[in-house]
Amino acid sequence: MPDLLIELFSEEIPARMQAKAADDLKSRVTNGLVEAGLTYAGAAAYATPRRLALRVDGLTERSPDVKEERKGPRTDAAEKAIEGFLRGAGVSREDLIERDEKKGRVFYAVIEKPGRPAAEIVADVLEDTIRNFPWPKSMRWGAGSLRWVRPLHRIVCVLSREDGSEIVPLDVDGIVSGRTTEGHRFMAPGTIDVSGFDDYEAKLKRAHVVLDAGERAEAIWQDATNQAFASGLEVVEDNGLLAEVAGLVEWPVVLMGEIGEDFLGLPPEVLQTSMKEHQKFFSVRNPKTGRIERFITVANRETADHGATILAGNQKVLSARLSDAKFFWENDLRVAKTDGLTAWTDSLSNVTFHNKLGSQKARIERIAALARELAPVVGADAELAEQAARVAKADLASEMVYEFPELQGLMGRYYSDAAGLPPEVGAACQEHYSPLGPSDDVPSAPVSVAVALADKIDTLTGFWAIDEKPTGSKDPFALRRAALGVIRLMLENELTLELNKTIINGAARNHFDMYYGSKEKALEKLESLGGAEIHENIIEDAADSFAKSVRAFDPDDPEEYAIHQFPELFTIVAPNLLSFFHDRLKVYLRDQGVRHDVIDACIAMPGNDDLALLVTRAKALQAVLETEDGENLVQGFKRANNILTQAEEKDGVEYSFGGDPKFAEDATETALFEALATAEGKITPAIQAQDFSTAMAAMADLRGPVDAFFEAVQVNAENPVLRRNRLNLLSSIRSTCLRVADLTKIEG
Amino acid sequence: MDQTITKPRSFQEIILRLQSYWATKGCAVMQPYDMEVGAGTFHPATTLRSLGSKPWAAAYVQPSRRPTDGRYGENPNRLQHYYQYQVLIKPSPPDLQELYLGSLRAIGIDMALHDIRFVEDDWESPTLGAWGLGWEVWCDGMEVSQFTYFQQVGGHDCHPVSGELTYGLERLAMYVLGVDHVMDMPYNDPDAPIALSYGDVFRQTEQEYSRWNFDVADTDVLLRHFEEAEAECARILEQAEDDPKTGKRIVMAHPAYDQCIKASHIFNLLDARGVISVTERQSYIGRVRALAKSCADAFVMTEAGGYAA
Repeated sequence: MPDLLIELFSEEIPARMQAKAADDLKSRVTNGLVEAGLTYAGAAAYATPRRLALRVDGLTERSPDVKEERKGPRTDAAEKAIEGFLRGAGVSREDLIERDEKKGRVFYAVIEKPGRPAAEIVADVLEDTIRNFPWPKSMRWGAGSLRWVRPLHRIVCVLSREDGSEIVPLDVDGIVSGRTTEGHRFMAPGTIDVSGFDDYEAKLKRAHVVLDAGERAEAIWQDATNQAFASGLEVVEDNGLLAEVAGLVEWPVVLMGEIGEDFLGLPPEVLQTSMKEHQKFFSVRNPKTGRIERFITVANRETADHGATILAGNQKVLSARLSDAKFFWENDLRVAKTDGLTAWTDSLSNVTFHNKLGSQKARIERIAALARELAPVVGADAELAEQAARVAKADLASEMVYEFPELQGLMGRYYSDAAGLPPEVGAACQEHYSPLGPSDDVPSAPVSVAVALADKIDTLTGFWAIDEKPTGSKDPFALRRAALGVIRLMLENELTLELNKTIINGAARNHFDMYYGSKEKALEKLESLGGAEIHENIIEDAADSFAKSVRAFDPDDPEEYAIHQFPELFTIVAPNLLSFFHDRLKVYLRDQGVRHDVIDACIAMPGNDDLALLVTRAKALQAVLETEDGENLVQGFKRANNILTQAEEKDGVEYSFGGDPKFAEDATETALFEALATAEGKITPAIQAQDFSTAMAAMADLRGPVDAFFEAVQVNAENPVLRRNRLNLLSSIRSTCLRVADLTKIEG
Repeated sequence: MDQTITKPRSFQEIILRLQSYWATKGCAVMQPYDMEVGAGTFHPATTLRSLGSKPWAAAYVQPSRRPTDGRYGENPNRLQHYYQYQVLIKPSPPDLQELYLGSLRAIGIDMALHDIRFVEDDWESPTLGAWGLGWEVWCDGMEVSQFTYFQQVGGHDCHPVSGELTYGLERLAMYVLGVDHVMDMPYNDPDAPIALSYGDVFRQTEQEYSRWNFDVADTDVLLRHFEEAEAECARILEQAEDDPKTGKRIVMAHPAYDQCIKASHIFNLLDARGVISVTERQSYIGRVRALAKSCADAFVMTEAGGYAA
């Protein structure tokens, strides 16, 4: 059983691509080998900056011979048909055998595929893998047309057995396979010949290349923490950076250096970000003070001066970087202290948020209005919420955030504090972008929540207003994330909000900014839309609620009048966005184990724009469906609904009056009347109190009487009076149940 | 081997060593292009010559201007006028990385003491409609060069692919010479009878241009020049291929490309004057790119661009 060694040696592979490339190499090659009929005992793939490597152990020597039979025409078929069959199967007359079957005597072709030696298969599979490798970005070089992530120089492909090893011959656009590779670019120039994986790995190590990325990362982390520990310090953990750095070196050498005294006053996040983003340094912290005091860099070689030159160079580069950061920090602090954060906000009027949605400044105005509106809902002070919204994005105009966009929000907090603004405002600056992902913390401070909600809702309504909705996998403005953020902010803070109204207000503000930067433009737009005729189509309620909520506009103002010309805002944009929220909510609840049909049954109910209410209802419904009574009641409900729907279709009438107990004949019928009355008495107040558990339980109590009724009584009785009364009784079951949830949506 | 190479003593010595190194490696050592450009890539020896099938190898210094980077000569490493060293070889030779490392040795960087790394950095020029894959090269954590394999220029796929090396000369020289402020860097030999620092040569012009770039340049005039260059570029390329006077086929790719360079630099000046809004920016870049593309289209119809009648 031979072992296979493959190495693809190239110019430097981007660190971020190495791990996936190693996995892809392994899966593509091993899948190819298996598809071609080989088996193997084990496989592992490796990556360094200059190579991808793969070992496959215990490969079979050849693929098995395969004998395949293919059924052909009857022996008495036309000669032409037989010839056609021979051509299709690729066999000659002698390869045919005959068999008796029900329909007569039939030809079978026996096709024999002899097995192939492993080397031949490996060569094919590897060539195919190289030519179709799924690099995120690939390139051509020189005069060739082969694509690889960077120029590919060597292919090692060796099959080794106990008695020696053979090169698997392969030629990919002039790159001929062999057993020769190279070690470390600087520490071990020249070539190495290898005979198998163990030999390869050992020789590489002697040539100053650690093949395994995990081993490199482990060595870096060990050495870094040891050096820090020896100085009474600790390395700030950063697994992403560790993986990246391990992908930048073949022979890691950890060096720890000092950060100039001048820079230790910078916020730790600034030091950390600057060192990580620009220099790929780890931060080293003093555990007593929490300050970042040193850095760790990882070089790719040992030197005679034990890294002194390298460290001095890195230190110099860092000083230049941090001088810039310090310059920004001091300038920003001066602006914050003298002009306050509003100066920055004002300057954002020159910054476009989106060419159809106006400037950042205009957006901040909308968010401020929305935050103020939302303040009572989240229990925040309205003044404070508005103030916070006005400065929350001010840091976007600061020099530090221009240089380090990832520090947005955090710098806002520093600058808000420096400007002497209330701590709630500073917190909102930092927290209003949250939550950024499904596992990110959700802010709970009321002012932060108000601004966070306003920010996301404005984003959503804006992009909906200009019809830039996410499609398929495309979501360039992260709108799904924004909607999930709104959902989590509301649910985890137990907020009650009529989302529909908020959406309409938000969308209206976006419309206003979009079309009516000036009255002239508004009137122009109005003219182009045909003026008064469209006005007729407006849904009056929605327009009224909008007019009431946006007090800033005078009803006689042409701008407001113009806004009324957008019926689609109410009839299309808002409902569409609400259903987007519902879709996101479904995904969110599905992860929490709530059934999608249960959610659908609750979305179909009134008040579905109050997400908290919707979730309470859904969870109560799911709980009751998990009981035997609940499950059976749904069956009873469906039976009632089916009988009723058929009768209504047949008779062309609606049975919706409710039955009369005095026509009840059977005891079960009377009992059902009573049970319905009891249930109704419990459900009505419970629904009003939004106590869905009680309402659902009362509904589930109907199970016994409903089952007994169907057991004993035939609804479609001969007597028309009885029949009508019973159908009306069924309609009571339906209407009572539908007040709790739309059970027609429940599956099963 | 490394030990025998002495350290250079001045900015110009580094340039001279690069010139002589690349000359020995077979490059045509060219002179700077006589127009204002933002980077060495704009030199037609790179932009246009990277197109088409004809082999090419050139190296040159290119003075480059980035008006927005002006700091009145006060910032230790930011300048509105600086030098790039540019190498372009087509097709990219298989040992281009080794050749490049040789150039670092030539300017006195001892590979046995320093940590040289190739860190992913893909290059894209929206104004030239060009992109490539490659790295920024780090020496002890400092970026000393850009290394790019051109994939597309002016909207054309590069066949064969050119390898492009760009050295930021001031930054590289400051590192090699151990200088902290660019203006303190020796320009000629520090022991020369008249020793000149970089500041002696450029401090005043940095001030003058910073003032002009940021506050004085007449934006109306610049806007008009932009439009004129754009129109002239189109007009040149509209001409019939056959010259009525000589009767020869003369496609005027280079004169048209000069207008593209002009438009690009004027756009940079307007940007420094702060009169281009974020939204307009994209549209200006798009207009310059359209010029670059039409020049590239024209160049591949010339003999140097591989056109065969």
